[in-house]
Order: sequence, then structure tokens, then C-alpha cells
Amino acid sequence: MTLNEIKDILQCEVITGEDRLNMEVKMCCGSDLMSDVLAFAKAGALLLTGLANRQVIRTAEVADIRAVVLVRGKRPDAEMVALAREQNLPLMVTNLLLYEACGRLYQAGLPGCGEVPAAESGILG
Amino acid sequence: MNGGTFRREFEVTGGDFYNAGRVSTEIKEILRQIGIAAPKIRRLAIAAYEAEMNMVMYARSGKVLLQVTPEVVRLDVNDVGPGIENIELAMQEGYSTASEEMRAMGFGAGMGLPNIKKNADRFEIRSEVGKGTTLEIEVRL
Ligand SMILES: Nc1ncnc2c1ncn2[C@@H]1O[C@H](COP(=O)(O)OP(=O)(O)OP(=O)(O)O)[C@@H](O)[C@H]1O
Ligand SMILES: [Mg+2]
Repeated sequence: MTLNEIKDILQCEVITGEDRLNMEVKMCCGSDLMSDVLAFAKAGALLLTGLANRQVIRTAEVADIRAVVLVRGKRPDAEMVALAREQNLPLMVTNLLLYEACGRLYQAGLPGCGEVPAAESGILG
Repeated sequence: MNGGTFRREFEVTGGDFYNAGRVSTEIKEILRQIGIAAPKIRRLAIAAYEAEMNMVMYARSGKVLLQVTPEVVRLDVNDVGPGIENIELAMQEGYSTASEEMRAMGFGAGMGLPNIKKNADRFEIRSEVGKGTTLEIEVRL
């Protein structure tokens, strides 16, 4: 699924990465706990989170997360936006709650990180 | 570790949440430039980041020594801080002493140390209460 499709499905406002919305994500992970993201997300995933701070961008960079959508209308502060730009990471915001945002993407066919085999995501273990 | 070793040392400051993750991002970029395979870089970056966050959250100061040979990438993580009283407990998934403030930032799931171990081919942890904590992390190439 492309970021453009995700933008439409979740009615997102694009904060950074406007020029990269044709990028594909293969799966999605929804969490407010960055250590859980680091433990359970796979490379190439989209991250949905209600947490809006620099650590989210760091976590995404470290875990090869392709793009981040902030749920519940969370506004990223200037520091978070600056880091997303620096890391070249697409960042979007939706007013939907986490469950609703996950549900819509799942219904549209985007699988969860636990459902995509590691080999396909390019990750071992 | 033999002859053709790449070595670089990084410093981490306890409580510096603004810069937290910078060292791991830098390590990741270096490994990319060296040409390590992406899945291995990811495992190392995750291990480095969890170790870095633990130093930012719990220690006063710390160092990460990155060494790369043709056979292995090794991270030696050393901090000056309170140390860990019960390592067996700290290694359990879900065990955390993180403050409310740290939890509000998305940490304190008690997943960091077990996740470092999971991503490493070799992992050792030693700690002395009142002095600090040492991690040895290796991923074979
Ligand atoms: N460098 C350290 N110095 C002192 N105590 C530490 C250090 N690293 C870990 N600990 C202790 O071990 C516990 C478990 O660490 P671990 O990284 O597994 O989880 P966490 O940091 O609490 O949460 P998470 O990593 O999921 O955000 C910590 O809560 C802390 O009490
Ligand atoms: Mg931790």
C-alpha cells in the first residue's frame, strides 16, 4: 500500500515527506511503546502511534520503519518535525484514534507486522 | 578482534533526552557505509539504541565503543551510574523501574535488555551497584 493511499484512507495531514508519498509499505504496527516497536515491528513497516516526540523518529530510523502516522490528532513539535526532516522520514497526522486508524488500514488490506514472514520483510528473527 | 579493525568511541550523557538516539543513528550510518547487510545493521542499531536509551534513562554518563572486523561487529557499552542490583530480574521481559516521565516518552516496557539479547549473536552483561553497567554485544558477519 502506498503512503498516498494511506493518506486518503486515514484523511491525513502531511507534515514531512510530501514528495515521497508514492513509497510502499508492506505492513503496519500500532503502539505507543517504543521498546515494543523495537521488539515487534519489522523493516519496511508503517508505524501508527499516539506518541509525539523525537524518540518516535529515532525509533523509526533505528528499526527501518518507512513512515510514521500520529493518531488522535497529536501535533508534532518543531523539534520532532526537524528530526523527521533530517532523517528524511515521512510524517503524517490523522484525527482518528489508534484503533480506528489500525482498523481502517487492516480492512483495506494492510497486514500487521506479526503476519508478514520475516523473509519477506528482509529481517531475521 | 584482529588487524583490520574499524574503531570509534561515542559518548552518551545521562538525562540528555534531546540527543538520545544520536549515537545509534551515527553507528547505523557508519555500518551502512562499511557495507554491512541491512538486516544485520538493523539488529545492531536496535541493540545500540536500547543500550543508549538505558544509559540516558538510568546512568550518569556512558560510552559506546564500536569495533568492526571482517568477522564481527562488536559494541562495548560502559556506563557510570547506579548499576543493576539483580541482573536476572532486569533481563526479564516486562521488568522496569522507569519513571512515569520515561513511560510518557514511550519507554519503560521492560523490553530493552531482552531485545538486545535477542538481536545479538553474543551478549554479556555485568554490573556493579553504585559503579556502573557493562554490556558486550556482538553480531557475526
Ligand atoms: N545502564 C543501566 N543502569 C542502571 N540500571 C539499568 C541500566 N539498564 C537497565 N537498567 C535496569 O534494568 C531495567 C530493565 O531494563 P530494560 O532496558 O530491559 O527495560 P526498561 O529500560 O525499563 O524499558 P524499555 O527498555 O522497554 O524502555 C530498567 O528498568 C532498569 O531498572
Ligand atoms: Mg531500556
